[in-house]
Parts: sequence; structure tokens; C-alpha cells
Amino acid sequence: MEAEIRKDIAWAKINADVLRSMETPRRTYWLMVGGCALLVALAFFAYTYQYRLGLGVAGLNRPHMWGPYIANFIFWVGVSHAGTLLSAALLITRTEWRRPVYRSAEAMTSCALMTAGLFPILHLGRVWDFYWTFPYPNQRELWPNFRSPLLWDLTAIFTYLNCSLLFLYYGMVPDLAIYRDKAIGWRKKLYRALSLGWTGSDQQWRNFRIGYLTLACFLLPLAISVHSVVSADFAMANLPGWHVTSFPPYFVAGALYSGCAGIITLFILLRHLFRFEDYLTLPILDKLCWITFAIAMVWSYLNLIEFATAFYGGDRFDLEVLHEKATGPYAPYWWFMIVGGIGLPFLLLARRVRRNLAALMILSLVMNVIMWIERWMILAPTLKHNFMPYGWGIKWPSALELIITFGALAWFTLLFLVFVKIFPSLSMYEIKEMLHEHRDVSDRAVREPPPRPIAGAAHAAAAP
Amino acid sequence: MPLEEMIIHWKEYRKSGQVGDEARSYDYRWGMSIDLDICTGCGACVTACYAENNLPVVGKERFERGLAMHWMRIEHYWGEGEEPGTKRAPPAPRFPEQGAQHIPMLCQQCQHAPCEPVCPVSAAYHTPDGLNGQVYNRCIGSRYCSNNCPYKVRYFNFYSLHEDLQSPLEQQLNPDVSVRDKGVMEKCTFCVQRLQRAKNTAKNEARLVRDGEVKTACQQACPTQAIVFGNLADQDSAVARSWRQAKMKHGHVEHHGVPPKPERGYRVFEQMNTEPSVTYLERVRDDTI
Repeated sequence: MEAEIRKDIAWAKINADVLRSMETPRRTYWLMVGGCALLVALAFFAYTYQYRLGLGVAGLNRPHMWGPYIANFIFWVGVSHAGTLLSAALLITRTEWRRPVYRSAEAMTSCALMTAGLFPILHLGRVWDFYWTFPYPNQRELWPNFRSPLLWDLTAIFTYLNCSLLFLYYGMVPDLAIYRDKAIGWRKKLYRALSLGWTGSDQQWRNFRIGYLTLACFLLPLAISVHSVVSADFAMANLPGWHVTSFPPYFVAGALYSGCAGIITLFILLRHLFRFEDYLTLPILDKLCWITFAIAMVWSYLNLIEFATAFYGGDRFDLEVLHEKATGPYAPYWWFMIVGGIGLPFLLLARRVRRNLAALMILSLVMNVIMWIERWMILAPTLKHNFMPYGWGIKWPSALELIITFGALAWFTLLFLVFVKIFPSLSMYEIKEMLHEHRDVSDRAVREPPPRPIAGAAHAAAAP
Repeated sequence: MPLEEMIIHWKEYRKSGQVGDEARSYDYRWGMSIDLDICTGCGACVTACYAENNLPVVGKERFERGLAMHWMRIEHYWGEGEEPGTKRAPPAPRFPEQGAQHIPMLCQQCQHAPCEPVCPVSAAYHTPDGLNGQVYNRCIGSRYCSNNCPYKVRYFNFYSLHEDLQSPLEQQLNPDVSVRDKGVMEKCTFCVQRLQRAKNTAKNEARLVRDGEVKTACQQACPTQAIVFGNLADQDSAVARSWRQAKMKHGHVEHHGVPPKPERGYRVFEQMNTEPSVTYLERVRDDTI
């Protein structure tokens, strides 16, 4: 079995490479930041238009009370999933190759959640009153409705956002200390505050390990519960095609599917932008591909379960909605989603595809497009073909909705790009641990490997 | 309600609102019955509703997009091959009355309303007299209630439609009913402003609202008096008699193995157990007499 990472990388080189990424990225980076900022600005203006005139300008109508905005919401919550799950699950199972990937995956989680959180708010009829959904004390003694799945949703998303931000930051403290030791000027002050007085003493490392593992154990069930709760928005409703028992696992599998594809996309992007070829290596990408394939198969299976439930359940409304999906006006998209979503992952079985960066980039992006369509296909056909034949009606995404959808993609990318610029996007101390464990004991180059990579010591080695 | 009490009275808790049900001793339980055999589908009820409840007129283009705000609407249905524009004539005319069948559809004021539990801010709630209240001031416009409504009778203000009113048209607005702005869900209230006024008058005179004392706008406007409205908690009210005559037994319409009932009463989507407060009396076909 080939090694995931070269064994002879000097620790000083790791520090130098990662810290350089926080200072001088390729020019592509700035081009992407500029492009994303433009798109976000465009979407912002589109949104102010909708804010002033009402949601009608987004093309919403009866019976399509929810549209692409909600599809975006489910999609971005989905993307957020893989980061934490991958990081926490692989940490608990002590998987070595997790170490170079997890920081960017967790950053993806937090950025995607910050994107997802926008949508339930900006799709509200009266945005300015969104805080009424919080259980805050007020003189009228009014509470939100605790029976509403939307409230569970809000609770779950906020809990998840807080915990994943904490997890991300917590795991970053030793790396921030490395940068603190090197930075000058205002950055020194900033990173001194952020690194919370980390010195790398044995006691600190001990507490750090325990805390990190505890957080990971807490996050693992939380991540699974979050998308289950999001699925409750639909499963708790009585509409045919939504009121499905298998929705929570179906949503979680779909979330992991798009999340894994997202990790692959960002993996290739980071590798290019910051010249991380030594750390984000092809063997690691290979393993990510296998995980994506496995999750895609779970997702495919749950799709079939959903059809089987509708078919054997014999409920007329359920059957009609399924029939509507397969033959109605949305059928081309639905079939593209089903065939593409189930079929495309099989390409990952080919070694040539798994080792081809361009192919993987395209494949992972197409997979995410498919997963977006999947979310849209949960919404649109059911709403079109509801119980009341008089209320049937079709709706396609409007221009405004598409602008805001792409604006959200840009917003996510922008957040991620800003993150990787001001924080180390690779975990320096974890890569050193990885090298240390890989390193042959008889290797002469390493005389006395320290018991633990200590930030200060590691940095001392980096000094010219 | 304490837990023990809830467990003991579980059946009553689940199945509220039988006519004259002793389990619920509320003074009022508003209900309606609509006789489809008398209804001519003229649309007077719709017009009356527009006038009474300050419903905005959206215009042709928005109507076609599905943005009409008709709390009361006449739904038209055609039989197989009878749709307007179909060339093919129906094989054998089963019903002498050809063409559209119609049903006036309004909020069914369900006793187990699917719209109520899903509202994140409790803007959709249940009033003690059996109405689905909708608090405009509390509504934040998540639109979940409309998704979950099987009857699709909840209407959302996608625009500030009242701004289209040109002077002096605002003079004809009903001062008893608020004008809704964009971002708020609205629906039929059984003319709650009239109910409230009648209840207040009755309260001042230390009595209950008499049967026939309060009429909804649609009922008032119906030229054939197909709509009967009143208090179901009152055994002698016209609507309670109408429900009894139709042998409407709540929650038990379809029994397996029981031959089709000869009564005309039915509630829309009874199988969903929403317990609507509106009973429809089926149209009497010539071939069933």
C-alpha cells in the first residue's frame, strides 16, 4: 500500500508551506475572491428588490409556497454535513489520512452552515420579524410554537453551527500558536489573542486531546440528528411524497453524498491554490473517492426504499406523486437526478478517474448539481401535485431565485476563501504527528523525535 | 391538562366536536353546511367575501399565475372527456346534466387542523369556539401552513396588493377587517368580525348568540340559500339539524364492509382525519333517484 504522504518532509517545511498559504496565494485566489464578491453583491441587490416588493417577484405562487430557496437551504445544510462527520468519525476511528484533510472539511462545514442559515430567513414573508422564532423572553409572554418542525430546525442548525465552529477553532489553537510565533505587527496581536496562550506544554496537550475527543464524540450524533431534523420539515407534513418515514436517513445520506463531493472539490481547489501537492496527495483523494462511492450507494438504496414504500403502501396520493415525478413536466430533471446520482459514482471505481484531478473536479461538481436537483425534486412535484386538484400548478425557478442561488454559491466560496487565507487550512501539528508515526524508528534523519510535536519546538526548527 | 386526565379522556381528547358532545362544554362551535344540490355556482358568495373581507383584486395576469386571493372560491371539475375544448364526445352520457360540476371551497376550519402545529410562531391557532384563528400581526410568512393545508385554502400576500387600490376605492374597505400587507398569510375566518360582534351583543344581554342571529357574508349573499351557518354546539340550530339530517357522523365516514351510505353528507378528505367544520351535501343525480 502506498503511503498517503511522503515520509521525508521536514517539519520546518510543513510550517513554511502552510504559513506561506496565509500570505501569498496564487493569483487565481484573488480572481476567485473578486468574482465571488461581485456575485454576492449582485445577489444582494436582487434580494433588496424582493424585500421591497414582496416575495411575488421571486415567482412564488400557490401552491408553490416553497421553492428553490428551501432547496438551497437543504442543499447547504447537506454540504455542511460531511465536514464534521468525516473529521469526527475518522478521529474516533483513528484514521491516519484524515489529518491533512479535516481542517478544510470542517471549514467547509461552518461556511456551508452560514450559507444555509440565510435561506430560511430570506424566504420569510416578513423578514424583519424573523427573531420571533427564537424563544426569547418578552413582555407579551409569547413563545414560539414548540410543535413546529421549523422551530426544531432552527434549534438544530444553531446548535450545529455553534458546535462545529467550536470544534474547528478548538482544533486550530496549536496551529494558531505557530503562526503567532512567526507573525509580526497587528497579526501578532491578533493571533496572540486567538491562540489563547498556548505554549505547548505537556499539560496543555493532554487537556487538548481530551477536549478534542469529547467534542468529536458529541458532534457525531449531533451531525446525524441535524439533517434528520431538517427532513422533519417534510416528513412531519402530511403531503404525499413528503410524509415518508425513510426521510431522515435519506436526507442524511444525501447530505453526506453532496458533502463528500464538496470535500473533493475543495481538496482539488486548495491543492491548486496553495500548492499543497505534498500534503493533499492523490492517495488521500483516492480514499475520499471511496467514501463518496459508499455513501452514494447508501443514498441510491434509500431512493429505492422510498419508491418501494410509495408502491407497496398503496396510498393513491403517494402513487400519483411518484407517477408525477416520473412522467410529469419535471420528469427530465427527476430522471437526470436518479440516473446520474446512482450511475455517476460508479465512475469512481475506475482508478484512472480517481487519479485524474480534472475528471474528479468535474465529477464532484456535477454530483453536487445533481444533489441540488434532488432537493428541488423533493419540493416541486409534491407541491405541484397536492391533494386538491384545483390547487395544482407548475412553477420553474425564476431569474431572481437563480441569481440568489448562485449568489449563495459565491457567498459560500467567498467565506471559504477568506477562511483559508486567515487561518491555516492544513493542520500543521497533525501532519507532523502523521509523519512521526510513519517515520521508521531506525531512520537516522530523526535522532530524537520529541514525544509530542510541541508548537514552540516545531517552530524553532523552522527558524532559518 | 394533567397527564392522567389526558390518558383517561384520550378518546375525547382525540375526537373532539361531536354534535352535542358532552366532553366539550364550550358555548360555541361554529360550523357550516353547503348543499351542493341547491348551489348553482353563481359566485355570489365569492363576491360577497371579497367585499366583506377586504380581499384584493389581483387582475388577470396575476390570477393566471395563481395569486388570486379568493378566500371563497368555486372549484370547477369536469368528468372524463368533458373538459372544455375536448373534441371527443363522452361515450354514453351517464349524467343528464353535462359539463362542469362545482363546489364552493373555503377554509374548512378543521378541528384537527394540519396548518396549526406547523406554524413556528403560533400565528395559526385554534380558538375556543372551534375556528382556525390566523393572527396577521404574529405571522412571519414561513408559509408552512399553506403547504400543509390539504384544501389549499390559505392565501399568501406575495405583494402589497392594497397599494393597487386607487382613490377613492379605499373608501369601500370594511373598517371591521384589517388590510393585510405583504408577507402575511390569510384565509377565510368564517367572518370572525361578525361572530365577535354578535358574541359581544349577546354577552351584554347575558345570553348566547341565537341561531340565525349571525350570518357569514357568503351565506347572506347566497341566492338559493345553499349555505347554512351556525353553532354546532346548539342542538337546535339550523346547521346542527342539517348535519344530523345528513347523518354526518364525524370521523366515521368510510367503514370497511359497510354498504355505501344513503345519506348525502360528506366532508372533504375525511380520510385525513382533519375533522372539518364544513359539511357538503352531495348533489342528487337524476340517475340515483
